[in-house]
Amino acid sequence: MPTPVKSINDFVVKFANVNGSGSASANEMFARSILRMGVPVASRNIFPSNIQGLPTWYEVRVSGHGWLGRRGGVDLMVAMNPQTWDKDVASVDPGGYLFYDSSRPIPASKFRDDINVIRMPLTEICNAVYSDPRQRQLFKNIIYIGALAQLLGIEPDVLENLIGEQYKSKPALIAPNHQALRMGHDYARDNLAGACGLKVTRADGVKDRIFVNGNDAAGLGCVYGGATVAAWYPITPSTSVAEAFAKHCKKYRVDPATGKNKFAIVQAEDEISAIGAVIGAGWNGARAFTATSGPGVSLMQEFLGLAYFAEIPMVLIDVQRGGPSTGMPTRTQQADLILAAYASHGDTKHVMLFPQDPRELFEFAAQAFDLAERLQTPIFVMEDLDIGMNEWLCEPFAWDDARKYDRGKIMTADDLDAGKLFGRYLDVDGDAIGYRTLPGTHPSKGAYFTRGSSHDKMAKYTEEGDAYQEVMQRLLRKFETAKSLVPAPVIHQAAEKTGYGVIYFGSTAPAMDEALAALKEEGLHLNTLRLRAFPFSEAVSDFINAHEQIFLVEQNRDAQMRMLLVNECGVDPARFISILNYDGTPITARFIISQIAGRMTMTSREAAE
Amino acid sequence: MTYIVKPKLRHPALPVNKLGFTHRDYEGTVSTLCAGCGHDSISAAIIQACFELAIEPHRVAKLSGIGCSSKTPTYFLGQSHGFNSVHGRMPSVLTGANMANKDLIYLGVSGDGDSASIGLGQFVHCIRRGVNMVYICENNGVYGLTKGQFSATADKGSKSKGGASNMDTPLDLASMAMMVGASFVGRSFSGDKEQMVPLIMAAMRHPGPCFIDIVSPCVAFNNHAGSTKAYDFVRAHNEAVNRLDIMEPRDPITVEYAPGTTEEVALHDGSSLRLAKLDADYDPSDRIMAMAYLQAKAARNELVTGLIYMDRHATDMHANLNTVDVPLNGLSEKDLCPGTKALDAFNASHR
Repeated sequence: MPTPVKSINDFVVKFANVNGSGSASANEMFARSILRMGVPVASRNIFPSNIQGLPTWYEVRVSGHGWLGRRGGVDLMVAMNPQTWDKDVASVDPGGYLFYDSSRPIPASKFRDDINVIRMPLTEICNAVYSDPRQRQLFKNIIYIGALAQLLGIEPDVLENLIGEQYKSKPALIAPNHQALRMGHDYARDNLAGACGLKVTRADGVKDRIFVNGNDAAGLGCVYGGATVAAWYPITPSTSVAEAFAKHCKKYRVDPATGKNKFAIVQAEDEISAIGAVIGAGWNGARAFTATSGPGVSLMQEFLGLAYFAEIPMVLIDVQRGGPSTGMPTRTQQADLILAAYASHGDTKHVMLFPQDPRELFEFAAQAFDLAERLQTPIFVMEDLDIGMNEWLCEPFAWDDARKYDRGKIMTADDLDAGKLFGRYLDVDGDAIGYRTLPGTHPSKGAYFTRGSSHDKMAKYTEEGDAYQEVMQRLLRKFETAKSLVPAPVIHQAAEKTGYGVIYFGSTAPAMDEALAALKEEGLHLNTLRLRAFPFSEAVSDFINAHEQIFLVEQNRDAQMRMLLVNECGVDPARFISILNYDGTPITARFIISQIAGRMTMTSREAAE
Repeated sequence: MTYIVKPKLRHPALPVNKLGFTHRDYEGTVSTLCAGCGHDSISAAIIQACFELAIEPHRVAKLSGIGCSSKTPTYFLGQSHGFNSVHGRMPSVLTGANMANKDLIYLGVSGDGDSASIGLGQFVHCIRRGVNMVYICENNGVYGLTKGQFSATADKGSKSKGGASNMDTPLDLASMAMMVGASFVGRSFSGDKEQMVPLIMAAMRHPGPCFIDIVSPCVAFNNHAGSTKAYDFVRAHNEAVNRLDIMEPRDPITVEYAPGTTEEVALHDGSSLRLAKLDADYDPSDRIMAMAYLQAKAARNELVTGLIYMDRHATDMHANLNTVDVPLNGLSEKDLCPGTKALDAFNASHR
């Protein structure tokens, strides 16, 4: 028997539950209670594409150091689902703990002798107090939270306050929940003293950070960014972006005087219709977006080509999930990069933004509307299920009240009357962006015909090769202009000089931060570049060319970002070593460390020989 | 619509409407469709309707999909913004445009290939969403630009130019429009300008989803004996249920009708619609009856034309969405951005 794991403010708790049993809100409250103790947590839902009855897991990483990626491994398994018992028991690290409902006997062969078992007859306790089956189920969750809190040393007041806040509008529920909490707490105090070596102690590691999920942040970012039109079609994991937008609009965008809405949301009949409406609204001067996931982006391809070629501003929030086809709808990946970058037939290129967490997603979602109107083209906000559907601890959202929306180049009736020459696709400023007019602007000037068929710079239909090519060349130049407008990469130089670099992006960031710190401890130094947008600026190719070896960390099988970098930066593919995590779970620091450390020590050994 | 390039000079005696615009101000570029194409007659009817209604051309947004019919928006209303979108998807683009600015008049032009096949889903959903628009389907029963394949509105037994018979059941877009909530449904024939113009005018004044199915023969691929969308066939089987007249508030009544054969319908802008009933029993405010009537006539190979259905109490998508009275595309940061105070409160509630 290995020594029981002992750790303060640094461990992983995993809850194994049945979908639809009400465990999610109880588990989230558990995570929040640790945050309220001032200790950072990272929580992740691992859930099935199902509403009721299938296994679901909730992982809470407690990290006094503030590491917010998945660590990998489990120190305390709260095994509440008999269906997944064997797998759950097997996943506990040696010396870890297994907490389970001991009301029904489980044969000794079903346990391991290298882990510590904490038994609590939850069903018995519950059935003795509650007769209603739904109550038995819901309060069972609260009872085990009460017990865990006692075992780990979470202050009872903290949980009681959280319950009070949660049921502020239903005060009748507060007392029974408090009672359930106390039942769990008291049982653990009386029967499980000293059973668990994992502890939470008060700290000051959370500061003013907030705990929020990315889709909520994206919806709020769209409100702040001035979106008035949203059209969408339900698809996991993006549905909650549209729902969040609607929720925030109801709160912030209803005219108090008239009760009328300063927004319009349509749940379309499919993704094709959703993007069609967004394009129509963008053409007509409203800030408009859709939110979808990979299969939706596949369906939107034809329209994306139209928006690119006819140069219509729009924003698409892609919450990436596991592909291809239906793939893993409830698992995370970064596997839509090629699909989005070159979406649609013919020669196209699209702007993509890669937020690292909900805070950056809030910013990028708002900024995407400025970019869309400035560049008159679709902007992809490439988040993923990990950011979108999990609560992340991140810096509070910030806004500058003096900030003005960049509505891009729009000619007004006054401009037209003043005699300004209007040609929809004329490059008058040398940045390859033309001026547009909005429908209804002027009785006799500035009307033009928008089309996806080939057109000349005056927006006239043409089949002349030269006139067509002139437009296509300008679109390439416009993509160059985009490089200076999109968020710049974040570059960090290692403490010591090194020929190794690492490039990563999106939700990989927290696991990467942790991995880099650990590698540094081992004396392995790497310069880092976090990509925040496509197209890549010169800083990206400079970084690549400045290193002999670049580790490129991605969450897909085919190293899609590598394809983009090789293709767009004209760099030598041999410089890249791909580190790929694509099993559908968020990448872990342990995985990155093992991959990078393995390669770096191997190469230095080779060099020594 | 114009067949020939006209000189820019205008004759001082050209009639003008109450805005001072001549007919020419509502025209577009020269049509590139085949000589005799029914679609050109429809473009002419749209021009006439807008001229008579004295609509400011730039207050119309004209949108279309792909196909011969969808090319036509370049042939009328040259001072309007136009949008030739992708095949079968005009309805969604129009929906979004309308969401952005409720103050323009939205004219959607489509064909039977565009609306009844690839775009059937969008056709239905745009109407059931109540988008305030005039949706015209220029219906010729064939794919013209790809040279004569049957479309989904081709009648069973109708013959192609090459002699093949269509064995599939036709879709009747007018019936479908009524079923899914269009508050104004008309049907006409491109060879009958007198019927088309007032129908389009009435639709443009109607504040809800309007659909007009206009049978428009394809002279190149579907105007032969054995086709049920040929000029001769449609003329022989046209069963008009009523004739329309749009009357401005002070228009004198110049035509006498036998008592009981006309009905006046007030429109939202103060003008009215006078229906001359050709079938005394036909009541265009009765949706259920209208749907049954269409089916009964279709079973006898008769094409019902005229104002088929109108809901006098129509509303639109913006009423359902409860949007503010001003167009959404005109709102600024001040209206749209909740600001730092609200954000601070959001942050506080997530700790």
